[in-house]
Amino acid sequence: MQVMTDLFARIFGDGLSPVGLLVAGGLTMALIMALVMASCAIVFTWAERKVAGFIQSRYGPMRVGRWHGVLQPVADMVKILGKEDIVPRDADKPLFLLAPFVIFIGSLMAWAAIPFAPGFIAADLDLGLFYIFAVSSAATIGILMAGWASNNKWSLYGAARGAAQAVSYEIPLALACIPVVMITGSLNMNDIVVAQQGGIWRWHFLHDPFLFVAFLLYFVASIAEVNRGPFDLPETESELVAGYHTEYTGMRFAFFFLAEYANLFLVSCVATAVFLGGWQPLFGPVFLPGLVFVIKAVLLVLLQMWLRWTLPRLRVDQLMHVCWKVMVPLALVCVLGAGIWMLATGQAG
Amino acid sequence: MSETATGRGWAAQDVRRELHSELLEINMGPQHPATHGVLRLLVRTDGEIVHGVTAHIGYLHRCAEKIAEGCDWRQWMVYTDRFDYLAPINMNFGYAVAVERMLGVQVPERAEHIRVICAELQRIASHLIAIGTFGLDMGAWTPLLYCFREREEILNILERLSGGRMLYNYFDIGGLRFDAYDGFERDVLAFVNIMEQKIPEYDTLLSYNKIFIERTADVGVIDLATCLAYGCTGPVLRGAGVPFDCRKDDPYSIYDRFEFDIPYGEGEQGTVGDCWDRYMVRMREMYESCRIIRQAVDALPGGPVKAEDLKKLVKVPQGSLYTRTESSKGEIGFHIFADGGSKPFRTKVRSPSFSNLHVIEKVGPGMMLSDLVATVGSLDIVLGEIDR
Repeated sequence: MQVMTDLFARIFGDGLSPVGLLVAGGLTMALIMALVMASCAIVFTWAERKVAGFIQSRYGPMRVGRWHGVLQPVADMVKILGKEDIVPRDADKPLFLLAPFVIFIGSLMAWAAIPFAPGFIAADLDLGLFYIFAVSSAATIGILMAGWASNNKWSLYGAARGAAQAVSYEIPLALACIPVVMITGSLNMNDIVVAQQGGIWRWHFLHDPFLFVAFLLYFVASIAEVNRGPFDLPETESELVAGYHTEYTGMRFAFFFLAEYANLFLVSCVATAVFLGGWQPLFGPVFLPGLVFVIKAVLLVLLQMWLRWTLPRLRVDQLMHVCWKVMVPLALVCVLGAGIWMLATGQAG
Repeated sequence: MSETATGRGWAAQDVRRELHSELLEINMGPQHPATHGVLRLLVRTDGEIVHGVTAHIGYLHRCAEKIAEGCDWRQWMVYTDRFDYLAPINMNFGYAVAVERMLGVQVPERAEHIRVICAELQRIASHLIAIGTFGLDMGAWTPLLYCFREREEILNILERLSGGRMLYNYFDIGGLRFDAYDGFERDVLAFVNIMEQKIPEYDTLLSYNKIFIERTADVGVIDLATCLAYGCTGPVLRGAGVPFDCRKDDPYSIYDRFEFDIPYGEGEQGTVGDCWDRYMVRMREMYESCRIIRQAVDALPGGPVKAEDLKKLVKVPQGSLYTRTESSKGEIGFHIFADGGSKPFRTKVRSPSFSNLHVIEKVGPGMMLSDLVATVGSLDIVLGEIDR
């Protein structure tokens, strides 16, 4: 946001009061973040189809937009806008109508604390990491609302699974980040990235063995957190038809879709900032920081797509088993181990 | 719960009565992605645990057996195609063998060989779908596409052979409708060579995947006693550890001339008769089918493909006969009553999927919802054949 307010200050000079600068900067930043979110949904739906096609020895979309169907997502958006907005007769109408937006807003708010480049962060919060985990869990409420309000048994199953899964996997997700917070001594996303300055060996995931394990834990938990394969239990198309969004059509359905891909990118961005050095390049001085950040995050997204199209899905009890009996204890061991490592190497202040 | 806690003066037993619970009845199907057609499963669940399953069938009933009474003997062949639309050749084969046995007609050697090649190709195609959709039930998308890639080759061969891609109507009573095209053997051998290389690919992608094994081993165990009680045949029975196959144990056509093994479940990853065993039986049967095809192509003689002493309008002598053959799903039996006329008096089809499906009422209770989907997938049912 600093970048934006500086920009406006330069354009308008003294024409804008400090409050005006703040409002203008904030609004622009919010607009940019919303655009980032919308565009990542558009880009990733296309990318997912291409990745799936590549893995499954087929092409994926090839027609719309001449080159490899690049305009396919646009065509889909136009189509989905023209769809009828159906509300089931026995649905809980207010909840039903509101649910997609709750999910969407939960993920949109989390974008505020993602540091794309030095100074390019919508809200440079001291509790940035904490804030991200806090607001992104609001999506769980949206899932529950959607599943309950649909008045469909399959949707309810999807919602119950989704809520249980999201609540469970938030714990290893957050625990895996604690060692990083211990090292940097800050929850501020900017500080966390700045602490990783100086090439790949300074990145947190290579800091010590415990942090490497923590990174893997975070990655696995993040896949579960965004409800994607092999942990896509809330929307298991072969069991629950389409899970909590079975009854949704048109634009409301698109919002679920949008939120899914936005969340996918969000967890990858957090992983990039916390473990993979954020905007820091592999070596040398900082160079095109925004681009470096996005490339790292996109690579993580592609990795998640790769896993989704390769692996079968877990069963719901196995999912909980993995979370509570494997990942949570392992994450706690990582926290302890990282602390001991810090003491042993004299980093503890 | 004390009075102050609720604020409404409820006693504990009132609260309990207020929170009464009951089983959730939920319809899985007829429009559901995991029921492999228009099957409706009425499932009674308590959360994720299944307490009871009832299979409601009949959505695809087309009176095929009754129609037979109005067709002449050759005409009904086209309806057998529509039983198991994923393995029509195997259905044709069963009916052709049944009528030929009643007629006592000798099928030419060339026709017999081409029949066996087609039937085994079709078995591979059917098993590919079974494996692919089973993977899909587990949430693995990619194996399905790989399976369809190989199945496409089979369909191409059968299309060049018969003109159809789904329903072939290629077999005729007393032989085949027409001879194979030039280069048929070459195409078949080329496919078999590819297929034998692809099976290890499926194994690495799906069969021995840790998650897949976790999802299928020890799940939906159907033991021998259950199989016998419900009349299960085919991969379900073989998965339960019994190497029974009509091709070997009650040979028809020229199957007694070929060398092949009957794969059966050994409980390699869990219990004998679990979903993984049934899956693996199909996987290994594709190997065996490739072996049979190779031998049949090597031995393929020249000559006619139709029994010459058969008139256009067949008249089957009076009597009744039950004939069973091995389709990809199990034992397909045709019980035919003839009154000496040009039309069947009564036909009764014993379809393997019908018997296999109803096992879920026995094994379903107590498993989780996801396991129910896995078990139904591992039975490999085709509703066209169940409902007829």
